[in-house]
Amino acid sequence: MAQTAREIKRRMQTVQNTQQITKAMEMIAAAKLRKAQVRVEKSRPFRYRLDTSLNRVLSGARKLGEPLPQLAQVTEKKRTCLVVIGADRGLSGSYNGNVIRQAEEFLIERPDTYMILIGRRVRDHFRRSGQEFLADYVSLGDYPDIHQAHEISSLIQEFYLNGLFDHVAILYTRFINTVNHKVTIKQILPIEEQEIEDTHESGDELEIPLKALYLFEPSVFEVLDAMIPLYIDTIIFQSLLEAASSQQGATMTAMSNASDNAAELLEELNLSFNRIRQGAITTEISEIVGGAEALSE
Amino acid sequence: MAEFQFEIVTAERQVITTNVESVLLPGVNGQIGIYSNHAPLLTALGIGVVEFGPKHQKKRKAAVAGGFAEVSSNKLTIFAHTAELAEEIDVLRAKQAQARAERRLQQKREDMDFNRARIALKKAINRIKAAEE
Repeated sequence: MAQTAREIKRRMQTVQNTQQITKAMEMIAAAKLRKAQVRVEKSRPFRYRLDTSLNRVLSGARKLGEPLPQLAQVTEKKRTCLVVIGADRGLSGSYNGNVIRQAEEFLIERPDTYMILIGRRVRDHFRRSGQEFLADYVSLGDYPDIHQAHEISSLIQEFYLNGLFDHVAILYTRFINTVNHKVTIKQILPIEEQEIEDTHESGDELEIPLKALYLFEPSVFEVLDAMIPLYIDTIIFQSLLEAASSQQGATMTAMSNASDNAAELLEELNLSFNRIRQGAITTEISEIVGGAEALSE
Repeated sequence: MAEFQFEIVTAERQVITTNVESVLLPGVNGQIGIYSNHAPLLTALGIGVVEFGPKHQKKRKAAVAGGFAEVSSNKLTIFAHTAELAEEIDVLRAKQAQARAERRLQQKREDMDFNRARIALKKAINRIKAAEE
């Protein structure tokens, strides 16, 4: 063992500093996670009610053979656009890695997919690997807002209406709980009728008889034309929120693991430090004793 | 006067929920008035001011940009892209947004999204209108 006590002491100081940083990052992530989760929760009832209304009108209009906005027309699946949501920063364990892996698997299946990349990590990865992409959005921040979602949504609608692609899916990390996230691919366009997520408690107010006839102002077509962009905005917004929560959750877990590892390392270092210190003391004592004995003879 | 439930929601939050006697909606082809026991209705909304409150007294206002409104079971819900109550609107910021949009419209650059700047301008003016009496 070439290490001296001082070297070990210095090493311990370094580990301790790192531990302090990871602990702080863990706490920051926990605070951000809480805030992000509140935002997810707040957006859920809106989504549910919007889905309910849209579904009712859309299925009704399809049955009646009403003219439908282009965004609602079901077309042959020829070319796909995939929106990939990742993070700007790393230090969140396998969060970005999982997203990228899923996206690459999707690309192997459908190599002619157009990509829209969100998050610096994801964009940089595909840029490095030479994959072309349609658009990218970075620096959305820890709390994405509806305006950012609207911008992404408008771009998708524009390309969709111009016929660049006829199928849009979104790849994001669904937040289940702090340590449990799932990379999910969800279809956005064309709109499917069974899109309603039935994971919500259904309040009485939502139980409106499906047969109820509505007046449409000015027409079914225009009402749908107002509903659908709102629906796409909302899906993207919610996916951004879920992804942001998952990212904070992943960061928190990663930083907590890092802190634990640091603690373990510190313990080991402390042990070997004490051993060396003890060794030094023993040597010193035996030297003194040896010296004293030599004098007394 | 009979009251009914009125609510404005956006993807981000529930802007307001209250009981009112009448609501004036900015429809795409002009204003629509809603009173208690209105027939079930779905209407597209433009960018405009929603007025709500008691029938013959001063009403509260909110700036709404796009979306739709649904009346059913004597309840009116506005699903909006964005919505702000008059008292929440930061007039100074709205005026800055208006100036910015006007500047962009005047530049007439080739690569500029003309439509988007026009909508931004309309939204800014609408918010100022809702906030001021």
